[in-house]
Amino acid sequence: MSAKAEPWQTAEIAGPQKALLIMKPEVVVAMVKRAKRPILVVGHLTTKNDAENEKSIDYVIRLSKATGIPVVATAHTAHEFVKQGFQPAASMSAMDIGNRLKDSNWNGLDGKGPYDLALFMGLPYYMEFVILAGLKHFSTNLKTISLDRYYNPHASWSFPNLKVKDWHQTFETIINKLGGN
Amino acid sequence: MIIRLTKKNLHVKAKELKTDVAVVKDLDISIGKIVDKTWEEPEGPTPFPSITDLRDWDFKLLNRYKPFYLPFCDVCCLCTFGKCDLSGDKRGACGLNMAAQQSRIVLLACSIGAATHTAHARHLVHHLIEKYGEDAPLDQGGLNIDIEAPVTRLVCGIRPKTLGDLEDAIDWAEREVTHCLSATHTGQEGNNIDFESKAFHAGMADQVGMEIADIAQISVYNFPKADPEAPLIELGYGVADFKKPTILVIGHNVPSSIGIIDYLTKKRLLNQVEVVGICCTAIDVTRYSTAAKIIGPISWQLRYIRNGLADLIVVDEQCIRADTLEEAQKVNTPVIASSPKNCLGLENSTDKPASELISALTEGKVPGVLIFDPDKVGEVAVETAIAVAPKRNKFSILPEVDEIIEAGKACTECNECRRACPNNQPIPDAMKAAAKGDLNPLAAILEECVGCARCDSACPNDFALHSFMVKAGEKDCWEEKFKMRAGRGAIQDIEIREVGGPIVMGEIPGVVALVGCANYPSGNKDVAEIAEEFAKRRFIVTTSGCAAMSAAMVKDEDGKTIYEKYPGGFEAGGVLNVGSCVSNPHIAGAAIKIASIFAKRNLRANYEEIADYIHNRVGAVGLAWGAMSQKAASIASGFWRLGIPVIVGPHGSKYRRMLLGRKDKEEDWYVYDARTGDKVYVGPTPEHLFTTAETKEEAMVMIAKLCMRPNDTTKGRSIKLTHYIDLHKRYYGVMPDDIHLFIRNKMDIPLMMKPEILKILEEKGWKETKIPDPTLLKRMIRKKVD
Repeated sequence: MSAKAEPWQTAEIAGPQKALLIMKPEVVVAMVKRAKRPILVVGHLTTKNDAENEKSIDYVIRLSKATGIPVVATAHTAHEFVKQGFQPAASMSAMDIGNRLKDSNWNGLDGKGPYDLALFMGLPYYMEFVILAGLKHFSTNLKTISLDRYYNPHASWSFPNLKVKDWHQTFETIINKLGGN
Repeated sequence: MIIRLTKKNLHVKAKELKTDVAVVKDLDISIGKIVDKTWEEPEGPTPFPSITDLRDWDFKLLNRYKPFYLPFCDVCCLCTFGKCDLSGDKRGACGLNMAAQQSRIVLLACSIGAATHTAHARHLVHHLIEKYGEDAPLDQGGLNIDIEAPVTRLVCGIRPKTLGDLEDAIDWAEREVTHCLSATHTGQEGNNIDFESKAFHAGMADQVGMEIADIAQISVYNFPKADPEAPLIELGYGVADFKKPTILVIGHNVPSSIGIIDYLTKKRLLNQVEVVGICCTAIDVTRYSTAAKIIGPISWQLRYIRNGLADLIVVDEQCIRADTLEEAQKVNTPVIASSPKNCLGLENSTDKPASELISALTEGKVPGVLIFDPDKVGEVAVETAIAVAPKRNKFSILPEVDEIIEAGKACTECNECRRACPNNQPIPDAMKAAAKGDLNPLAAILEECVGCARCDSACPNDFALHSFMVKAGEKDCWEEKFKMRAGRGAIQDIEIREVGGPIVMGEIPGVVALVGCANYPSGNKDVAEIAEEFAKRRFIVTTSGCAAMSAAMVKDEDGKTIYEKYPGGFEAGGVLNVGSCVSNPHIAGAAIKIASIFAKRNLRANYEEIADYIHNRVGAVGLAWGAMSQKAASIASGFWRLGIPVIVGPHGSKYRRMLLGRKDKEEDWYVYDARTGDKVYVGPTPEHLFTTAETKEEAMVMIAKLCMRPNDTTKGRSIKLTHYIDLHKRYYGVMPDDIHLFIRNKMDIPLMMKPEILKILEEKGWKETKIPDPTLLKRMIRKKVD
């Protein structure tokens, strides 16, 4: 795994408070296990084929099935989930879920209380960048993880810029260690 | 006795004035200004409003649509106290927190945008008064237009009749923009919601500035006047005959381009020289003369210049690449700068003889000249282009295919280009393919390229990657030949009379305004697709600026663009290009005129009441799919204050904040019923005031949804729901999960979907609600309440 703690888009500099690097998949596993109320926010780029001709939405589905983490599908991503026979917990715009996660009084999709960990994946890099910034500054008690293969410095934790193969391998390990297949 | 110091001038009114020597009745003295005594409409509460006069209205909107801040970075670097780290709950050295800092940036952007349009208006009106006199009449469409300047009437409380009358409104806009900008100084405003209110104010001033600029130029230059059948003009990379000397105009402020057309006309050279344009000055010069042609939106600048097709470039102001002069020099194309706001470091040659300037440019003694006199620009541009063209012989710096292949072989795939690309385009992969002789991937990238050329700057090998793409996509570029309807200007009063009712009742499902720049996530075609989708659904589709061009840049199987297929009237299924950036107030003006013409509400200085009317009744939505500039921010802000929601494309998320409703908070969606004073739940209509769509599919679903208003009749709501549900099912694969929030009673339910929806309503525990006469303003309640 190559590590480069620089934002993928060169000019997207975060400032003093930057995401901690996830150098091992086990970090994500531990974070997920520790979280009491995790949530996955999944954008439309997960429905596109990557350089290895895979769609990362497949990893999302496996991860959610393994852990029971609810999925919020942004934009029209819900359609691909439906096609694959998977029911996301909600479909709403990226701004709407960001705005709700920011609100410490929001009791979540199920009304059972605020989330403490939000895992992001598949939004346009720059859009995820600013939403994560909004959450970094205005949410309380919420940690964020960027699961994309690019370092996104406004998250609490982020992968470094990864090659597609390494990224896939990382997901396999995470899902495997969380009891999925 | 009333003594009122109206903003600039002294205005004294006295019902009865007794002195030792006389009794004077009904005294009305104005110094420096004529009071419009023929206007029977009473003046509303906010003529020439100050920066805080509409604060209460703003707070009502901002209480429902709360800001969601999206900082670019953790710091503020605006003064020498800083940089200050504002992360978490930290405050800067001045005491500002992150929320206030982000709203301050929004206000800065809106002030910059408003200043730009207002200065544009000032320049244009000043120039036109100098040329045509201050008594030159304003004419927006003869007898078809009675309300000639709806925004200016509404905001300032005046109805301008001549060019000279416009100056009072420009004075006001300039003053207010200065106040707005001053509030961003260190140690001024400290509250984020007050910053937001001021951003709305800047947006409102911007609407006035834009309206003045456009009505002045429409009147004096005889642009199409509220004409649904404005001529179809040519647009595209391939429309010009490049055997002729070619003049390229870029920018927004049209007098210098008109100087060119006038000179060509005077010298009978119109058939011998091509005049082509990029960005809004192109739109406006084609409103003046159909001999001019449009190349494309803002992102077409570099590709066109580097291809060497222009023998002379004239730039005016706004959205012009800062490196135009350098790029033009590479292809031996002389440049004329013509705006005080964009001098490019060139010597001011306005007072030099034209012959001297033509000679200097033709012989290459200077790369460009600065000329502020539009007529002189015309002469120098034409004569220079004619003289230079044979020497240049369309000299291009686009590489040969062999060069691209060699560069592909040398490319190390370091990814710096991709990391610099706003749209993360796979340029290294395309270079790898190019090394094998396959240029198709590079051509495909050009399709989605915004023309910024950050890839060029980032490449450690100094490869001109943007030029590689242009060369690879050259064949497709030459095939770009489209028809776009010229900017028509205002909406006729008679058109409003015909559609006002169906819009307010909801039977025309919405007015969609496709506006703004070309910073698209994946090319032009999305705008054309969205425009056509809503035209087919019999919404009213309005366009302006670069978005108006993009909407034209797709043809159907019969070779027709949407402007050829759909009528240009303000009617169900119409697709109408109002014009350039400064034409946007015609869209706001249509909403304002609905309140006046259909609902008989007074407009004069009556902003709050009319905004409340529009917000609750007029299902209009703006989509700035490629919004990039500060002007786009202020344009959006002008719509926000009117209560009209605006959607931006994904790059618009970088505007630092959204204004989002929370449909899960029932308490946010109550209005007064003006008939009874009761508070009535109306659902999230409209749900947001400013939000981002991640994809075009999401944008289309959002548009349909954001057109719903509390005032919709059951028939209207049923129609609107049909479109929302249909688009949602098509793109999301499922029924929307919030449908119960939009159904007031069972009559709202689309007939064909009744069984399915009734089941959902039962599951959601839905209860019937009233359809009120909706208002957010307590003072509008007709029955007296506590």
